[in-house]
Amino acid sequence: MKLLALDTSTEACSCALSIDGEIRFRSVVAPQKHAELILPMADELLAEADLLPIQLDGIAFGRGPGSFTGLRIACGVVQGIALGADIPVAPISSLATLAQAAYLDEGHQRVLTAIDARMQEIYWGIYLLDNQAIMQCQGQELVCSPDAITIPENDNWQGVGSGWGSYADRLHVQLMQKINSYQAIRYPQANAMIPLALAAFAKNQVVAAEQALPIYLRNKVV
Amino acid sequence: MKKLRVLGIETSCDETGIAIYDAEQGLLSHALYSQIELHAAYGGVVPELASRDHVRRIVPLIHQVLHESHTHYQQIDGIAYTAGPGLIGALLVGVAVGRSLAWTWQIPAVAVHHMEGHLLAPMLETPAPSFPFVALLVSGGHTQLIEVTAIGQYKLLGESLDDAAGEAFDKVAKLLGLGYPGGPALARLATQGNSNTYHFPRPMINRPGLDFSFSGLKTFALNTWQNSAQDDQTKADIAKAFEDAVIDTLLIKCRRALQQTQLTTLVIAGGVSANQQLRQRLATLNSEMGITVYYPRPEFCTDNGAMIAYAGYVHLANGESSPLGFRAYPRWALSS
Repeated sequence: MKLLALDTSTEACSCALSIDGEIRFRSVVAPQKHAELILPMADELLAEADLLPIQLDGIAFGRGPGSFTGLRIACGVVQGIALGADIPVAPISSLATLAQAAYLDEGHQRVLTAIDARMQEIYWGIYLLDNQAIMQCQGQELVCSPDAITIPENDNWQGVGSGWGSYADRLHVQLMQKINSYQAIRYPQANAMIPLALAAFAKNQVVAAEQALPIYLRNKVV
Repeated sequence: MKKLRVLGIETSCDETGIAIYDAEQGLLSHALYSQIELHAAYGGVVPELASRDHVRRIVPLIHQVLHESHTHYQQIDGIAYTAGPGLIGALLVGVAVGRSLAWTWQIPAVAVHHMEGHLLAPMLETPAPSFPFVALLVSGGHTQLIEVTAIGQYKLLGESLDDAAGEAFDKVAKLLGLGYPGGPALARLATQGNSNTYHFPRPMINRPGLDFSFSGLKTFALNTWQNSAQDDQTKADIAKAFEDAVIDTLLIKCRRALQQTQLTTLVIAGGVSANQQLRQRLATLNSEMGITVYYPRPEFCTDNGAMIAYAGYVHLANGESSPLGFRAYPRWALSS
């Protein structure tokens, strides 16, 4: 399968191309530059693989939560590609992507993801690795105060994401002995999205271009 | 004429507009989704809500225009999208979809200036104006007089120093309790009003130059209303006096711009150009000084995809294109 994945949900801008499991990847931390960078990145990856956009079989994007504008940049780009190439879309959680990367890079199987949502809130999700080596959300992803998180029952958790940088003290207080450590300088990246997207395609959890929409979590905006 | 079929995308504010323009056959199809009801409860456009709605509407509208014009994607030769000025989040939706769709189809894309779209909208009509001309762009966001000598040759002659004319219409409508957006309702109410009850000032007509100022009229309307009997007839009379003052001012400045440039063609575009009273008054410039006035059809006075498809066609035919790295420009000067 020829799968393209894009993420612009946080400060990082990344793009991955998977051709029958072989992954090419580009990423740069460049706040406010995602619109200028994302398509040139995708174009480079396809050119390296000698592939045209209409030859893609599927596409995935970081559907959020994250920066509203960032989510819509990836969403808009993916809608255009999916419409143009007439291919299905796998919308992938940016929190799940963070958790999947923690497993792929460091072998963590129990991950508490937190992305700084500004306004004294975080986007929060509890992830466990399943027997297919895919991170699965336990309960719901939330936007909430760092003081209002859902506390997992067991211990031995790994914290990941920018929310751990901004609110480490408050998260620590509540989680006490349940966490081993945390890594705040981590962003959702398109290469970690590839296994999640392949799993979504395998289960047919995909949508048409017009249904490829962001999940903001924060819906009270007025 | 070179074969060229262009898909146009407009998402700069609260309307999602999509259209297909063909070099030989003209406008093939256009579709619009207006978010007016979404924003009405807030008394104005809420930018984040506008952006969220554009991503829901844009792809179905593209499907619709392709279907209605019996266009297969391989017949599209280029894509044009509004890149500014406007709400940055709203603009980015159209820019991202348009640019990535063009990349997928490996065809050129071009970023279009929203006000150039308005300026060229009368070109979609028959007869169309020919260059050079003076353009009055008058909408909720802009009031500008521009000298147009050719495509891309735009000289700003004057503009509003504060509120746009359409904005003043909406604000006065709001203080008279006419809802949102109340400009058209105000114009309807004005037809019931008496011209002689109140006389509002004509701002800046005694100063040289072609700039406008409408915020004082809004204050004048508020004071007049507060010191009145506040009955229905008063409301209509204030609407009439306000509309007369705005239209007189626009007319005086248009006349001055035509005299200054020695041009004989006037093009009116933007949402307020749908105002019937304005059209009637500007028509008098023909008998008075031999001016021919051109307008878009009413549905292309307000934001739409057709004007962007046309402006994009002009630029694409000229060999222009925009790079893969895309941008939106919330502020963007039209004058070269």
